[in-house]
Amino acid sequence: MTLLRRLTVSFVLGFAALPASAETFITVASTTSTENSGLFGHILPIFKEKTGIEVRVIAQGTGQALETARRGDADVVFVHARGQEEKFVAEGWGVQRFDVMYNDFILVGPAEDPAKTKAAATAAEAFKAVAASGAKFASRGDDSGTHVAEKKLWESAGITAEGQPWYLSTGSGMGATLNTAAQVPAYALADRGTWLSFENRGPLEITFEGDKVLFNPYGVILVNKEKHPHVKVTEGQAFVDWLISAEGQAAIAEYKINGQQLFFPSAAK
Amino acid sequence: MSGDCLLRAENIGFEARGVALLRGVSFEVRAGRRLVILGPNGAGKSLLLRICHGLIAPSQGRVVRAGEGVRAARQAMVFQRPVMLRRSVRANLDHALALQGLSGPDRKARCEAALERFGLMPLAGRGARLLSGGEQQRLALARAWATRPDLLILDEPTSALDPASTRLIEDSLLQFSAEGMALVMTTHDLGQARRLGEEVIFLDRGQILETTPAPAFFSAPVSREARGYLAGELLW
Amino acid sequence: MSDTAIITAFSLIAEADPALVQVIGLSLRVSLSAIVLACLIALPLGAALALSRFPGRGGVIVICNALMGLPPVVAGLLIYLLLSRSGPLGSLELLFTPAAMIAAQTVLVVPIILSLTRSMIEELWGEYEEQLRSLGSGRLRAVPTLLWDGRVGLLTGILAGFGRASAEVGAVLIVGGNIAGHTRTMTTAITLETNRGNLAMAVALGIILLSIVLGLNALAFGLTQWSRRRMG
Repeated sequence: MTLLRRLTVSFVLGFAALPASAETFITVASTTSTENSGLFGHILPIFKEKTGIEVRVIAQGTGQALETARRGDADVVFVHARGQEEKFVAEGWGVQRFDVMYNDFILVGPAEDPAKTKAAATAAEAFKAVAASGAKFASRGDDSGTHVAEKKLWESAGITAEGQPWYLSTGSGMGATLNTAAQVPAYALADRGTWLSFENRGPLEITFEGDKVLFNPYGVILVNKEKHPHVKVTEGQAFVDWLISAEGQAAIAEYKINGQQLFFPSAAK
Repeated sequence: MSGDCLLRAENIGFEARGVALLRGVSFEVRAGRRLVILGPNGAGKSLLLRICHGLIAPSQGRVVRAGEGVRAARQAMVFQRPVMLRRSVRANLDHALALQGLSGPDRKARCEAALERFGLMPLAGRGARLLSGGEQQRLALARAWATRPDLLILDEPTSALDPASTRLIEDSLLQFSAEGMALVMTTHDLGQARRLGEEVIFLDRGQILETTPAPAFFSAPVSREARGYLAGELLW
Repeated sequence: MSDTAIITAFSLIAEADPALVQVIGLSLRVSLSAIVLACLIALPLGAALALSRFPGRGGVIVICNALMGLPPVVAGLLIYLLLSRSGPLGSLELLFTPAAMIAAQTVLVVPIILSLTRSMIEELWGEYEEQLRSLGSGRLRAVPTLLWDGRVGLLTGILAGFGRASAEVGAVLIVGGNIAGHTRTMTTAITLETNRGNLAMAVALGIILLSIVLGLNALAFGLTQWSRRRMG
């Protein structure tokens, strides 16, 4: 029945649908930062080599990625907004959250640093300096993990940034936001992975980094089959297990751009 | 006055927006006869022909065709300006025959016969719309002929043509007639009416004023309107 | 920058980079399938709309014309909600597959081809009606005749549809997911490269996409010119 229906549909919708089901694959809803940084291009072939499972990554903002999983359109989520992830699991959408790795956020801005953020001691101080100087700030504004982290930083600095004339909400991915920031130019909060692989930097450089609050942890969650019975539990679990295994962790650590490591393994041993 | 009645118009009336364009028009077309409908512009000639061919439904009266249902008399129509498909001469003929429900080999045989008869063979592969006006009207005649009609209706078939093309068309029509085809046509060319008409209907403001054998009509028109119409010609 | 883009474009083509070939192949496969499907739907429907008379016909025409401006993202979202596991057609497992992208592009292209077919056939029928009816053709029988005789104009409409389908990014991104090696098309790859800040690569892909569309248009133009010269 299902086969017949699928054949009919693939006949109607063109020849494209059949090969889609020909091999084992899982769908992973992840973030633009992991995709744009090239991490998946490095680790997925290793995983496929070992297990024969193809991982299809949909790169979205964290909020959208979790929504995709909630709708049952992904088997695994691999994102970086701890609070939202925990809520996702608590609501029963996900089975369990595992720490996988972290990278850190950095503040980038024009090289001449009009807000003097290079002199700041903490991230909150740097954000205060940006607000006080009136220099422009480009925000993702897309409910992504990076955006959530940025909102927290404004909060800790005691500033309502949204709605300010110098606050540009781009409503787009990390790369698009960096493109905007390079053009304006403006300050922006970026994840180090995207920044390192980003080529259109223009006048931008890192103006603040290293505060512990900029720590950006990534978690992986298998979607709960009780909510969506079609979730590919075996294959999805295999991917989760591999990511937090010694082999997967090594693969993550090994990924470098220009000799710089982008992500640091953090799975509990 | 021989032959079966192929088509009979019975008390045809036509109204558009409250204006009567045809009133009480009745006449017959018999097999093998040539009928010419004359009358000034706006008399309703073209409308009457379209009603006779079933393109327009009359408001009153009806058109009765011979042997309807069993062996319907076949009818074809040629317009003042033929509309050709954006295809080759041969494909235009083939399309018309396909609409008659003919099979492939039959269509092919008839196409070739029509191309041959109307001297269109050298043009067979050309785009029909790229032909001259005279050639297109010849093709229109070939297309009508190929469907083997018993009755051919022609609405001013030569009014847009030069004398040489007109001559070719008239010769063809006389041949059709000799082969037993009935003709009903309108024209403003009184010379043509004399050459082709066996019988004349004079139509004025939607009404038939005279139905007369052609020689009688031209020598002694009865109605004042017809006399005026013919006199108009004398002024030229 | 643009120099690097052009050099990048040529070296990509020269190397016949397998990933690039795959992306181009998928783009063409998706857009061409969508066009074929859209034609199968829109040509007969457009002709039927042109030749039929029914109450509310004007409204249908206005809606079709308006749908030509349907934002791709909205079309994508509709298909997404339909094909999502939580949607009515979720069990077909079509989301994030090329089939879903074909469906989205078809939805975008159908109104274009339908509207152009409708106006084109209506005009042609005005010209042909009396002649065709005098030859014994009814409206239904006239449909293939009119479609064939309108082929030159229809081809232009179909090309416009192909342009919209192949240039479109919002809808295929949503329903395809831009999965590397699986649902990544020229346009979603361009978006990705832009987001990576790899503008030279993005422009290079843009140049290739433009060349393909240009080539197809040149081909169609030549075909219509030839057809006009031959058949008027």
